[in-house]
Parts: sequence; C-alpha cells; structure tokens
Amino acid sequence: MKMRALKLKRDWIHGWLLLMPALVFLFAFTHIPAITTLINSFFSTPRGRRSAKFIGLENYDRMVNDPVFWKVLWNNLWFAIGTIPASVGLAIVMALWVNEKLMGRGFVRMAYFTPTVLPLIAVANIWLFFFTPGFGLFDQITGFLFGWPASNYLGNPDTALNAIIVVTVWKEAGFFMIFYLAALQAIPVSLKEAAQIEGAGRWTIFWRITFPLLMPTTLFVCVNAVINSFRLVDHIFILTDGGPDNASALLLFYIYEVAFRFWETAYGATLTVALLALLSLLAIGQFFFFDRKVHYK
Amino acid sequence: MLKSTFLKAVAATALSFSTWASAQAVDLQFYFPVAVGGKAAETIQELTNEYIAQNPGVNIDAVYAGSYQDTVAKAITASRGGNPPQLSVILSVDMFTLIDEDLIIPFDDYLTTDEDKKWVEGFYPAFMENSQTGGKTYGIPFQRSTPVLYWNKKAFKDAGLDPDVAPETWDEMVDFGKKLTKKDSSGNVTQWGVRIPSSGFPYWLFQGLAIENGAILANAEGNKTNFDDPKVVEALQFLVDLSTKHEVMAPGIIEWGATPKAFFEGQTAMMWTSTGNLTNVRSNAPFDFGVAMLPAKETRGAPTGGGNFYLFKGASDEQSKAAVEFVQWITAPEQAAKWTIATGYVAPRAETWDTDTMKAYTADFAPALVARDQLEFAKAELSTYQNQRVTGLFNDALASAITGKKDPATALKEAQEQADKILAEYR
Amino acid sequence: MTRTSETFDRVLNTGAAWALALIWVLPLAYAVWTAFHPAAYEARFELFAPLTLENFSKAWDAAPFARYFLNTFILVTMILAGQFFLCTLAAFAFARFEFPGRNILFALVLLQLLVMPDILMVENYKTMRLLNLVDTIPAIALPYIASGFGIFLLRQTFMTIPKELDEAARIEGASFLGVLWKVYIPLAKPTYLAYGLVSVSHHWNNFLWPLIVTNSVETRPVTVGLSIFSAIDSGIEWSVINAATLMTSGPLLIAFLLFQRQFVQSFMRAGIK
Repeated sequence: MKMRALKLKRDWIHGWLLLMPALVFLFAFTHIPAITTLINSFFSTPRGRRSAKFIGLENYDRMVNDPVFWKVLWNNLWFAIGTIPASVGLAIVMALWVNEKLMGRGFVRMAYFTPTVLPLIAVANIWLFFFTPGFGLFDQITGFLFGWPASNYLGNPDTALNAIIVVTVWKEAGFFMIFYLAALQAIPVSLKEAAQIEGAGRWTIFWRITFPLLMPTTLFVCVNAVINSFRLVDHIFILTDGGPDNASALLLFYIYEVAFRFWETAYGATLTVALLALLSLLAIGQFFFFDRKVHYK
Repeated sequence: MLKSTFLKAVAATALSFSTWASAQAVDLQFYFPVAVGGKAAETIQELTNEYIAQNPGVNIDAVYAGSYQDTVAKAITASRGGNPPQLSVILSVDMFTLIDEDLIIPFDDYLTTDEDKKWVEGFYPAFMENSQTGGKTYGIPFQRSTPVLYWNKKAFKDAGLDPDVAPETWDEMVDFGKKLTKKDSSGNVTQWGVRIPSSGFPYWLFQGLAIENGAILANAEGNKTNFDDPKVVEALQFLVDLSTKHEVMAPGIIEWGATPKAFFEGQTAMMWTSTGNLTNVRSNAPFDFGVAMLPAKETRGAPTGGGNFYLFKGASDEQSKAAVEFVQWITAPEQAAKWTIATGYVAPRAETWDTDTMKAYTADFAPALVARDQLEFAKAELSTYQNQRVTGLFNDALASAITGKKDPATALKEAQEQADKILAEYR
Repeated sequence: MTRTSETFDRVLNTGAAWALALIWVLPLAYAVWTAFHPAAYEARFELFAPLTLENFSKAWDAAPFARYFLNTFILVTMILAGQFFLCTLAAFAFARFEFPGRNILFALVLLQLLVMPDILMVENYKTMRLLNLVDTIPAIALPYIASGFGIFLLRQTFMTIPKELDEAARIEGASFLGVLWKVYIPLAKPTYLAYGLVSVSHHWNNFLWPLIVTNSVETRPVTVGLSIFSAIDSGIEWSVINAATLMTSGPLLIAFLLFQRQFVQSFMRAGIK
C-alpha cells in the first residue's frame, strides 16, 4: 500500500515535470491570448484615445444579425463538404494506383507529389492564370476542344467558391496521398494473396481488407482535412479576395478581414469565439470517434 | 502577475539600453510597401543608402513590409505592441483610420519655417486632398498613381478607327468599343472593346466614372458618403450596361492582375488601369499603344491613388525631425525623378517634371505626361473613417450589381444605409 | 476473372492514373514553361518558343533569396526540433502517467489544435516585444513550438505501445526517461515522420506572422521574398513569379526527383499508420 502510494506520488511529479515545458509555451502563446480574446469579445473596440467599454453581448447580437457572417458560415460548410470527401477519396485512389505496378509509376508519383512542394502563395497565381477568362489555360483548352465561349470562373458568384474548392482539393489530395501510400506499404502482401486464392475480386479485397486496415490513416487524414477546411485561406487572398460580394469568403478569411483590415478587434474576437465553438464541437465528436477506434486495436 | 512583472523588468532594461544606444546617432525605422513589379524595393533601398551616406548622423532602416495591406497591418500591430516605426509609407486613404487609431502625428509641428510651408504647397493639390484634414497635413505624397486609359493602336487601325485618337467621352468609348469587339465564327468574343477591372477594389476605377458624372463619393471630413446619389447610380448603371446592354466589355467580375496580360494578348483593345503599369506595358506590349485621360461624361475626372509618408507617434522629437528631413530629401526633384522612372508612379511635385532627367524621359516616352496632365481633373480617392470597412461595403455593392445579383440603385442604397450607421459616431 | 477483362482493367486504371497525374502536374508544368520562356509566351504554348534564363536573374535580383532560404531552413529546423522535444515529453506524460488534472490539461492541449495562432497575432506580438524578441527567428518559431496536434498524435501512438514492453525495460533498470528513449521513441518513428512532414510543409509556407514579426533580411523566410512579386498596382508577371517559385522550391523538387525511390521507401519502411 505504501509502495503504491509512493509510486503514485512519483508519477504525479514525473507527469508534471514532463508536461511543464510544453504547458509554459501553450499558455504563453495560446491560452492567455485566447482568454484575452474571449474577454475582448464583451468590450467595444478601443480606438485611439477612446478605450474599450464593457458592452455585454452587443458584439454577439451584431454577429447574429450580420448577413455576411451567415454567408461565410454557409460558404465554409459548402467548402468543407466540397473539399474533405473529395480530397480524401482522391488521395486513396491515387495511393492505390502508385502502389501498384503501373507504367511510368515514377512520373505519376512525382506528379501527385507536386502540391506538397509548391508554396500556396505562388501556386495561387498559377491557378489564377488557369481560371482567367479568354486566354487562361482552361478557356484555351475548352475553346479549342469544344468551341466554348470564355468562362469567368472566379468572377461569377455561382462558381467562385467552387474554383477555390478545386485548388484546395488539388493541394490536399496530393498531400494526403503520401500518408495513404505509406500505410498501403505496411499492409502485408500475404493478406491480399490469401484473399485472391479464395477468389475475392478487387473490390472485395479493397472493401474487406485494404480499407479497414487504412482506417487509422483515414482518421488522421480526416482530422487534418477538417482543420484545414477552416484554416486554408491563403489562396483566397490572391484568387478572389473573398469576392464577388463575399461569395468565396470563408469564416477565417472574414475574421482576418474584420480584425486586420477593418481593425474591429472586438468584433473579430467575437467571430473567433464563434469559430472556436464550432471547431470544439467538431473536435469533441471526432475525438470520441478517434479514441474509440484506437482502443479497438 | 509575476510573469508580467518579470517581462516588464526585462523590457525596461532592454528599453533603457536601446535609448542609450540611440543617443549616439538618430536611428529611424521606415516601413515601405511594394505595389508594382520591377525595381521598386531596390530603388527605395538605394535612395535610402544614398541618404545615409550623405548624412552620417542618421541611420535609416528601410523595411520592406509587403503589400499596402500588409504594411498597414504591420504598422498597427507594431504600434499596438509598443514598437511603432518612426516613418511609414501607407495608403493615402488610410489617413482617417490612422488618426482614429491615434497612431500618427501631423507634419505641421516640424514644418515651421516659411520655406517649409512653401514646400508643402509645392505638391499637386489633387494629391493633397487625401493628405490633409482639419487644416493639418498628415501625409506627404510619395508613391502616388492615378488610373488612365491604355489603347491598342493596332486594334484601332484594324477596326477602321484612327489609331492616334482615344475616346474623349463615354459615348465615344461605347461607339469605339462596339467597333472593336470582335467575334469568331461560332459567336464567341475574341476581342472586347474595353476592360475596366473590378476584382478586389472595384471602387477605385468606378470612382473615375462617378467623378466624371459629377459625383463626389465622400466628404472631406471623411464622415459622410454619397453612395446613393443619383449620379453615382447612373455611373454604376453605365458600368453594368457596358457588358449587358452595349456588350463591349466581358461580363462578371474582371480580374485586376490579369488585365495587362489580357491587353497584351489582344483580348481587349482598351483598358483602364493604374499608371503604376506604365513600365510594365511599355516593356511587354507587342504592339504600339497609346495612353489617354479617362473619357469624360459631364467632366473629365479620375481618382488619385497610392501611398503617402506618415509620421508615427512614439518617436522622439529628434527622430521625427530627422524623418521629416528624409521625406523632404526623397521627394526632392532628383530623387523623385529617379523614383518615377523606375516605377511609373506620378512625381508628386511640379518641379520634378522640370528636371533634365525627367525631360529626357518624357521626351522619349510622352505617355508619362498624361497622368500628370490629368491631375487637374483628379479628385481624392474615396476615404472615410473606418475606411476599409466602408469601402468594403461599397465594393460588395458594386460587385453585386456587376454580377447582376442586385440592381444598382438597390445595391447602392443598402450600402449607403450601412455606411451611415458606421459613420454616425464621427459626425 | 478472365484474362482479357483483367488486361482491360489494367489499361483503364493506367489511363485514369495518368490522366489524373497530368492534371496534377499542370501547375508545375506551367511554372516550368513560363520560367524558361520570355513573358510574351505566358499564354501561348508554341513548341519552338525561344528559351531564356532572364526570368531567373530578374527574380534572383528582386530579393536576397540565398539568405531567405537559409532563414527558412533554420526556422523550420528550429520549430521541428522544438516540437519533437516538447510534444514527446508531454505526450509521454499523458499516455503513461497518472496525475491530478490530467484530463483537464489534455482538454486544454486539444484546444490548441483549434486556435489558429494567426488570430492571436496582436497579443503574440506584444509578448514578443516584452521578451525583446521582435525581429528574430525564434520569435517566428515560439508560438508554434508547443503543438496541440503533435501532442495529441504522439499520445495516441504511445498508447498503442504494449505496456509489457515498458515494464520489461523498467525491470532491466531503465529510468522513465530511458524507457521513453529506448522503447517509445523508436516505436513511434513513423508518427514522427508523418508529423514532421505536416509541420515542415506548413511552416515552409507560412507568411503573415513572419512578415509582421520580422524586419530584416537576416530573419525573414522565403515566403516574404516571394510576396514581393504579388504586386497589386501592376499586373501579374507570371514568368518572374514562376521563376522565383521554381528557385525556392527547386531544391526540394530536385531532392525529391533524385532520391524519389529512397525517400518513398524509407517513408514506407517506417510504415506509417
């Protein structure tokens, strides 16, 4: 009994000591500033000599009545639906392809890998050219092949967000492919061979053997994809700047705009709190899912 | 609590150390944005180095701070963090924002002699509209621009137009545009008549149309906008009609950054864009081109644009004085001429245009004079308190009209109502 | 399955894989095309267009890229080393130690998974100013060093390692740090690789925070150098931007092309799960 208590005490101290360095940094650069942000959301924005005043829930009231907020929230939802399944699905397919004996596999693998190497800020300019009406690459191709007229993908509110989604899927699928590729290699060939001997088709093998074994990777990738669907906004600055009329603005983009263009820090803080609440919900859901899966093993 | 006390102690030590160091020579930190391609950053660096070499008592650290947007973000973040630059080039339209944030001081305190006052008067008045308010001078024009019309002489000739004559009025622009718009056998347009880009900051070029139609978008105090003025509505209707009724311009939002390329590729025969593009067009257009003032409706007109020098709060008297001297030097004729030739920005003082360097340049390249001559008709760029937010609303309204989601009158009325709400507290 | 349908299947798959590969490589192909041709050929694809290296010299002259490159390298290494060190210790504590407040602290760590440091820029700048770190590479790195994502990921991995291995090592007299070093870290190698890749690619591309917190050539990363080409007053010069892009991502690209097989294999041998 005494031994056990002693061990527990030692565990406490060791645990705390191990955590200490990380916690110092976490608190200094995340939690303390985040609490300041939360507090700021109950105050008015200080400007010059007028200091911040406590205004209760006024900022939240404004948010609920802000049509732009609701618009970017819907955009973000559509963006998540558009990017997450597509990029994860494509990543799996790509990985399966380059994992097999394929003609010119080296080139194909390199091609899928390029989004990881090219910085988004530069790539966005290239995609801008692809989407440009008239002399842009897509219009040159569709014009040459089908005689289509020029299409203004980025300048039309109905297509702007979809164009952004395409760029994001390109970026993410290539990146996620790497994780799947590595996971596929870890699956013993013998499993597949055994199934083949029993006469299982490719589809059956994939759904019964490969896919379940890829589950941990899928979860890892999905967590990343969800976070990225709220975080990846760099290319929007170059491609559309959120336009036309906020048709392609996402929540984080709007927060950036409010906080660092309009300098309405208090309202920006309020929007941040909303984003955090949203993400927390998602994270809690995902976490339970993830945790359970891991304990299965 | 303990942490912040400790941090403060560290900061105080650091601060006293740096004050001691700065007693030796005047140290200045100067943020500048780059908004044109080519040698802009290099030229500023060279000019700064030249100044330091001539003035051993001053040490200037010129810091490239990204785009205009990045620069103002950096300056405000640094100021709020207690570490402002002493001098920065920031958009002239951010003047009210910077005053509102209590970050800048007027130049007047350091411009006391008659000679100094005359110096301020030496800048083109159109540029000073965005630089002064309440009788004080907060900005000194530096990298200033204005939009002009570029036209493709070859396309004009092919369409049976006089290649040396640009449209003088809106009606002429539409007429020319109709002749210049070409379609292929399947009915797809291969060359548009005119291109007025509308991505990102549509308000700027639109303001050209509004001024030409006799409207002023905001008052000089920066606390009242006139977005729903019938003349503004009319101007927006005209912009929308260019694509929908007259069919001389591509529909939808038109990308700003791709505009020069579209011009080079013959996708459009005329384009409206900044004088900041002069150098780019000159070196890349594969055909003869002309540069003209924007066409007139009731009057000629154009907004000004670009960046001013601002003096930041928190500098010592000595530093501010040194900063003002540096500004006076870099806007002086020889330096300004170098700057204009390297970038295409409009030299902000009349005397610059009389230097031999500039005369040689304009003799060789007459289009550079168009922007200067247009200044006579130019008005202040739209600027109000909470500027980015108000112009943001206006941009959204313009975009929704251009993309046909709302009609011009409704869009502008809504924008005006929202702007009124924001600006009420500044009246 | 018959032999013909299998061949058909193979052809179909190969074709689809190639089609997708061609789409995926398009941006890079376009970057190469424009970087080596004069600006006039940015939107014209003619087989015999003249070649030039002028775009590279223009891009190289626009910013001190050699120095920026070194800075990015130092920055990414610093962040990665810091993250590995701090996250390993914290993850180990969460995975294998019982102590009061464990769950609430873990929830706090998870919170950081969501809070984007970009949003806390103004506050973090104040802190850097107080620490007198403005305009240093550590200032760019510090807010990212304790990563909630890293701690979370490593904890999950550590928890899958059988306790018996741990106990066996302890019986042999290893201290808890020894156990961490000899048992946990080697077994978690794949996770380190995966996380390292995510971290490096993120910080290699980060732009806004470095721009704001640094002022001088000695501290700024490559992305700040690249931003000089996204000028708004003039039009986009794709040829120069793309030359700069190739220049900055070139070393990574070439390394990948040369060591492609080794890279993928080592990644695979680690068997990331």
